[in-house]
Amino acid sequence: MSRFTGDSLAYARRLVSLYPQRRSALIPLCHLAQAQDGWLTSDAMEHIAELLGLEPAEVLGTASFYDMLHTEPVGRYLIGICTNIACLLEGGMELLEHAAKRLGVHPGGTTGDGVFTLEEVECVAACNRAPCATVNWRFFGPLGADSFDRLVDDLAAGRLDQDVPRHGVLSRTVRRRGLDVAPEDVAAERERSDREKASRLAASATEAPKAATAGTPGAQAPKGSSGGHPQPGKGSK
Amino acid sequence: MSEPPRIVTSRIGSEGSHTLDGYLASGGYEGLRKALSMTPEAVHAQVSQANLLGRGGAGFEAGRKWAMLAPGAVRYLVVNGDESEPATFKDHMLIESDPHQLIEGTLIAAYALGVARAFIYIRGEFALGIERVENALEEAYQYGAVGRDMLGSGFSVDVVVHPGAGAYICGEETALLESLEGKRGFPRIKPPYFPAVIGLYGVPTIVNNVETMSNLPWIVLNGGDQFSALGQGRSTGTRIFALSGHVNRPGNYEVEMFKTTFRDLVCSPSLGGGVRDGRQVKAFIPGGVSSPWFGPDQLDMPLGQDEVGKAGSMLGSGAVTVMDDRTCVVRAAWRISKFFWRESCGQCTPCREGSGWVEKIMRRIESGEGREEDIDLLLDACDNISPGLRWPPAQTTICVLGPSIPPSIVSGVQRFRDEYLMHVKEKGCPFPLTGAGARP
Amino acid sequence: MPLPPDRGGSAAMSGTEPAGARAPVERVSITVDGRQLRASKGELLIAAAEREGVYIPRFCYHPRMREVGMCRMCLVEVKGPRGFSLQPACFQHVAEGMEVVTGSPAVKKAQDGVLEFLLVNHPLDCPVCDKGGECPLQDQTLTYGPGESRFVEEKRHWAKPIAISRLVDLDRERCIQCDRCTRFAKEVAGDPFITFLGRGDHTEISTFPDRPFSSYFSGNTVQICPVGALTSAAYRFKARPWDLEQVESTCTTCGFGCRMAVQSSSGRLVRYLGIDVDPVNQGWLCDKGRFGFEAAAAPDRRTQPLVRISGEGGRGTTGTGATEPRSWRQALELVAGRCNEALASRGPASIAVVGGSRLANEDAYAWAKLAKGVIGTDSVDAQLDDGMPAEMVQGLPRATIDDACNASTVLLLGADPREELPVLFLRLRRSLAGGSTKLVECVPAATSLTQLASVSLRYLPGEMASTVSAMVGGKGAGSDPDRRSQLEAASVLLGAAPQSPPSAGDAREAPEQAGELMPGTGVVVLIGRPSLAESSRGITDSAAIVAAALPGARFLPMLRRANLQGALDAGLAPGLLPGRVGLGAGREHYEKVWGAVPAARGLDTAGILAGAAAGTVEVLFLLGADPLSDFPDQDMARAALEGARFVVTVETHPSASSAFADVVLPAAGYGERAGTTTSTESRITALGQKVVPPSLAWPDWMIAAELCDALGSDLGFESLSEIWSEMVDVSPLHRGLGIDPFDSGNRRWGVLVPVPADPQSADPQSADPVSADPVSAAGERGGAEAGKPIDPMAVPGIGSVETQGSASMAGSARSWLDQLPAGIAHSDGRLPPMLCWNGEPSSGPMPKRDGYALRLIAPHRLYDQGTGVQACAALAPLSCRAQVHVNQAELDALGVPAGGAVLVTSAKGRLELVAVADPALPRSVAMVPFNGSGAAVSQLIAAGSEVTEVRIENSRGSR
Ligand SMILES: Cc1cc2nc3c(=O)[nH]c(=O)nc-3n(C[C@H](O)[C@H](O)[C@H](O)COP(=O)(O)O)c2cc1C
Ligand code: SF4
Ligand code: FES
Repeated sequence: MSRFTGDSLAYARRLVSLYPQRRSALIPLCHLAQAQDGWLTSDAMEHIAELLGLEPAEVLGTASFYDMLHTEPVGRYLIGICTNIACLLEGGMELLEHAAKRLGVHPGGTTGDGVFTLEEVECVAACNRAPCATVNWRFFGPLGADSFDRLVDDLAAGRLDQDVPRHGVLSRTVRRRGLDVAPEDVAAERERSDREKASRLAASATEAPKAATAGTPGAQAPKGSSGGHPQPGKGSK
Repeated sequence: MSEPPRIVTSRIGSEGSHTLDGYLASGGYEGLRKALSMTPEAVHAQVSQANLLGRGGAGFEAGRKWAMLAPGAVRYLVVNGDESEPATFKDHMLIESDPHQLIEGTLIAAYALGVARAFIYIRGEFALGIERVENALEEAYQYGAVGRDMLGSGFSVDVVVHPGAGAYICGEETALLESLEGKRGFPRIKPPYFPAVIGLYGVPTIVNNVETMSNLPWIVLNGGDQFSALGQGRSTGTRIFALSGHVNRPGNYEVEMFKTTFRDLVCSPSLGGGVRDGRQVKAFIPGGVSSPWFGPDQLDMPLGQDEVGKAGSMLGSGAVTVMDDRTCVVRAAWRISKFFWRESCGQCTPCREGSGWVEKIMRRIESGEGREEDIDLLLDACDNISPGLRWPPAQTTICVLGPSIPPSIVSGVQRFRDEYLMHVKEKGCPFPLTGAGARP
Repeated sequence: MPLPPDRGGSAAMSGTEPAGARAPVERVSITVDGRQLRASKGELLIAAAEREGVYIPRFCYHPRMREVGMCRMCLVEVKGPRGFSLQPACFQHVAEGMEVVTGSPAVKKAQDGVLEFLLVNHPLDCPVCDKGGECPLQDQTLTYGPGESRFVEEKRHWAKPIAISRLVDLDRERCIQCDRCTRFAKEVAGDPFITFLGRGDHTEISTFPDRPFSSYFSGNTVQICPVGALTSAAYRFKARPWDLEQVESTCTTCGFGCRMAVQSSSGRLVRYLGIDVDPVNQGWLCDKGRFGFEAAAAPDRRTQPLVRISGEGGRGTTGTGATEPRSWRQALELVAGRCNEALASRGPASIAVVGGSRLANEDAYAWAKLAKGVIGTDSVDAQLDDGMPAEMVQGLPRATIDDACNASTVLLLGADPREELPVLFLRLRRSLAGGSTKLVECVPAATSLTQLASVSLRYLPGEMASTVSAMVGGKGAGSDPDRRSQLEAASVLLGAAPQSPPSAGDAREAPEQAGELMPGTGVVVLIGRPSLAESSRGITDSAAIVAAALPGARFLPMLRRANLQGALDAGLAPGLLPGRVGLGAGREHYEKVWGAVPAARGLDTAGILAGAAAGTVEVLFLLGADPLSDFPDQDMARAALEGARFVVTVETHPSASSAFADVVLPAAGYGERAGTTTSTESRITALGQKVVPPSLAWPDWMIAAELCDALGSDLGFESLSEIWSEMVDVSPLHRGLGIDPFDSGNRRWGVLVPVPADPQSADPQSADPVSADPVSAAGERGGAEAGKPIDPMAVPGIGSVETQGSASMAGSARSWLDQLPAGIAHSDGRLPPMLCWNGEPSSGPMPKRDGYALRLIAPHRLYDQGTGVQACAALAPLSCRAQVHVNQAELDALGVPAGGAVLVTSAKGRLELVAVADPALPRSVAMVPFNGSGAAVSQLIAAGSEVTEVRIENSRGSR
């Protein structure tokens, strides 16, 4: 199965409807196809081309620009290890070496059982947890050799299925609604505001806009928390 | 240091900060309510008064950018949540932990700008972030803050969350627009210089960063003057600095601009907590990997836009990375050049080919296969990417990714030429791998 | 970003504005290297500088495509508010006072740097690269680059080369990511089948898996690739650039008239390259034209006269008898003898000539004079009932290609331009994409332009005229509201709807000016034969209706057959004499200059074939014609070939029909003879000769002259220039064409005929195509550009060969033009008037539709079983297949699966064909490409019938 059918086709159409021009839905549709198949198949790209009124080559050409879109099969778990500057300074390169040894594949490779694909990734914006890794774009860190091994064991045993869906699934909530604002309303709204603006400007060029009074700032979290953001995964201890 | 307010990180770390309940409990959507009671121009005036510098890297004043939005029947607002500049992780946090604040800021901007549709482009790798913003958006629609007749104001706007798919260059605003149009993320050639004139689908478009947007609820609620009362000169308000590297407490810290120095950030017990293992700072990167490096002598510089600029670097994306005295600067610079090589979009020859060549030379030097003349070759290749090797860099490419390649190398060679030579002479890296086994 | 406006075009046709209303270009003055230059405001710096002799190196910039500024080779210093900085010249629009430096140390270093970077990953396999020797990267590295590369590391590696289509090979390692091929495919051809893949220095060119780069225009990417990344499979390793000789010529694959460089190596034609001629092909060629060079050396090429020997004293009726070579004298005496016999027994009308569109103008004139003036038969027809009536084509007010591309509205009637005149499709596509020209099409099936059409109307075969009538006359629109609104929209775009009264205060709307806007002003009608399963009545009636309703409109016929225009202009059609003169109107004049003309109007091809079948036509000349393949009714063609007493073919290659020939006369082919040709817009250009005809093959005019001699008469000329002088002397169409129109710079552009007697006084509003031409419109654009040297970066392979001292563009083939006597002065009264067609729509009802049957469409396709395709090894496999295309809904209704075999039955015959679901077709019609491989749809078509109805049924039952 790699063309969209049933619900996924309906969802694909909804995605297309969110954009003023169909082609804009190209990346969301590629993600949808990856969520369905784990990677981006030729059939899916042809179907996407159909839905967007493009040639398949245009879909492929665009998809191939983006690292997350895989036009070759990848494992159920795509493990990305960051070796960029912050992780490098904290041992990211060594973590990658360890991971390659542990999984028995070079970066870019997939284990024989098709469960793990290892990638060296660029900074994933989790530097406060360096060296860090992502599994299907769920973040783990900081990781050392042991915690990495535990993570792999947990994944293989299915203990993290709650937190880490299979490769390709990004957001587990999908947009249920289409657009609320009718384009005509929008145009009318804009016209009205432009008109009002013009008349206001004409009416009082002298009266300076009244400065807003200072409100009370929102409740502050206790000072001193590091600002590090919460960890979704519990695999790293 | 007086205690500055926490403008964008107030909810970070509190339970349920990403839910509507949590958000409403802490004053959520009050800024929007207030904005909707004002005229769009008045909202714009507050933002101008705040002198809010864009937080995406270029530091362009938001109110001024908005003023450039060309008239037109259809216009768009695009929020840049593609955060991929290495060692920058503030937007990631804001997106995951306070998605409603981002949406509220976006709605305020949409109202002030009079756009009917806003797109929030989120880096594809932020899976949880995308999920949270999608959820929050759903809640906000239900709450009535988004969509038709927002909060009973008569104003309507739709917001669409758009995932990226893994390409650093899509953070560049025109590449982002191409990507949003479903194309390869090729930055657009300039002119036209400003998306505010020709942007998404060729119509006027404002592109602003996530942190920029997240500041708006506070600014509207408290007034632009309150914001500009913080900081000094052009550097007003607070700003999140993403601190990483060899510090005891890496993380995002919102501090008052200008009033705080790099040393405060790195050493203050409530912030970075000092260099790890009591080591010395060898060098630090003041504003993301595109910025020239600073040395310990510059630690006392204030976190001010112009001050850092005058000293020959930039605050950029607000990412500060500290390297202690055990760090191999060649390896660090090599890894940065590798990043640019992997992320060059491939349009312009100097960037596409230059990045790869420079990376190969750096790799050779780091691994001990370098020749003495390689150092000058390196600098000359960099010079061919950005002529003159000056600051701010000369640009002969379509976007500034090209000119971002040399700074880490050039400033590194300037400061540590002997370390480069040592690699050549000793035919290998004189520094042990850092961080090996540092983590359990 | 929209494409820059089409540069060509006469002001007269720019929209509905009166002539000359186009805003004048603002001129600015800029300083380049200290020199003041004049330029047009907004023009690209790289182009402005080039025109003034300052050449700025470049790779990605191509004058016919949107600039992308990717390669950065064109960096120059431009002064801004903060002093000079390096800027790409291909992306700088010139403005008053701009200061530019192109040779400073900073620029030099930038150029060095870019070239060194380009060579980082570009393999140095120049000795085995097809481009080596004419490679812009090689040349520019030599001129602007560093002495040597300091790159010592390993280059990127990819498997090489890979075939991305049958015609094009790709070596990804050599690619420098200039985006020329991909831009061309997407923006110019509209076939985005190739794309960039990946990112950064791993960017490669690729197709989608299992979807080759099957574009009619793929060869252009080979031509514009600035390195050896894209190469032509047919040219691969055939020659080294320094061994190439070349001559400039005009492609005669179709009637569009693309200018090309014909290149040879060791006496063999090896490559054709497009030359940029602004009003015509703008540098592009279609693949059929580009790769047609293989035909000259095809193994079955005719090289000597042949005479059939079986069946003593004549030929067998089976068409299978053996032939033997003879000398020219023997062969011609045999032919002359048979002609004399026929003349003696049944008179001149028993001799007929079919064909002639392969010939050059001079050849056609010689054959017309032989047939009509010497033999005395008017049964001469260059078409095979596969086009449009000659008098209509000749007599409609003519538009130029530029007119069409600058029209406010183009009305497309009948055929798909991409199948008929492929490069016209490219030109139109660009105009339509630019938005200033709108398209209304009235066609039986979706065309390649349908997506860009403002209104696209379908008609059922047989109902074209009524549809057109409803469109321009607003009558008979029917009840379907969608269709009604389409018809209304079309009517408004065509200016057929009543104009709204001028608003009161508008001073410009002076009554007489408003009155000047005839309905249809600014409209160009493209007209072509949509189907051979339908008579040409639909197209003739439609033209008549449009001409009457839109008197301001002009017509551009789509003549797909090589030099059909030239053949018609020479009089190779019944009722015509040279120079677009009718037999009646020209009788007196031509009797005087030729001595005799036919007594009465003769037969067209259908009549000739019927006569041959019935025995009234005894001697049949096939002048490069193959009725068995090209005449719509194959059975009739066969009966004619079998029935004719004596068949003579004059041909370059054998065809299905030549099996019936009693005598085969070998003719010189393209590139082997000189002469002139006339394109579908009536532009006359020179053909170049680069190689000698094989063995005993002769140019067609010489065959006519020698045959005349054998008949005991004298055609009166012994060289091309003598024929040309005579044509210019006697033909009103060619009057005024002395040496001047082909002089120096203007030679490349040729000249549009008729040339007005006094170009200055010519009324631009009247059908005066010449005003677009540099010859008379001595505008700033014209002459200078026409004579411009060829930019080696826009078309690598032409200019660079020249500079290496090979044969110059003005090769021997042309020199005869230079030796012509000076222009001949005419007293216009001396010459007969040219045709003017006032066709009346025919009366009489169209056949009723048979509810059970489908109406058949049999259109021409670019690639078919014709000689032009089949004689080229590279093209032959691309031929369209004879399959029956129907709408999916129709297939469902018939209960036939797509891909299944069906029986297609007409009143005339029955074929078993594979059924194809085709979304381009509406319901109630079936389409089988004409002359496709596998089966002859002409077996289903009855000559002369208005429409062809077919039934389709599953063939399983009948097996
Ligand atoms: C190579 C490159 C990468 C960039 N990446 C980002 C990014 O990830 N996020 C971002 O907000 N801005 C990024 N920018 C800056 C944007 O182009 C743009 O200036 C910014 O989004 C504008 O928002 P602001 O005015 O609110 O800062 C990048 C710029 C360049 C040249
Ligand atoms: S294949 Fe040739 S034309 Fe195409 S991008 Fe590469 S170098 Fe340019
Ligand atoms: S960038 Fe100007 S020619 Fe390529």
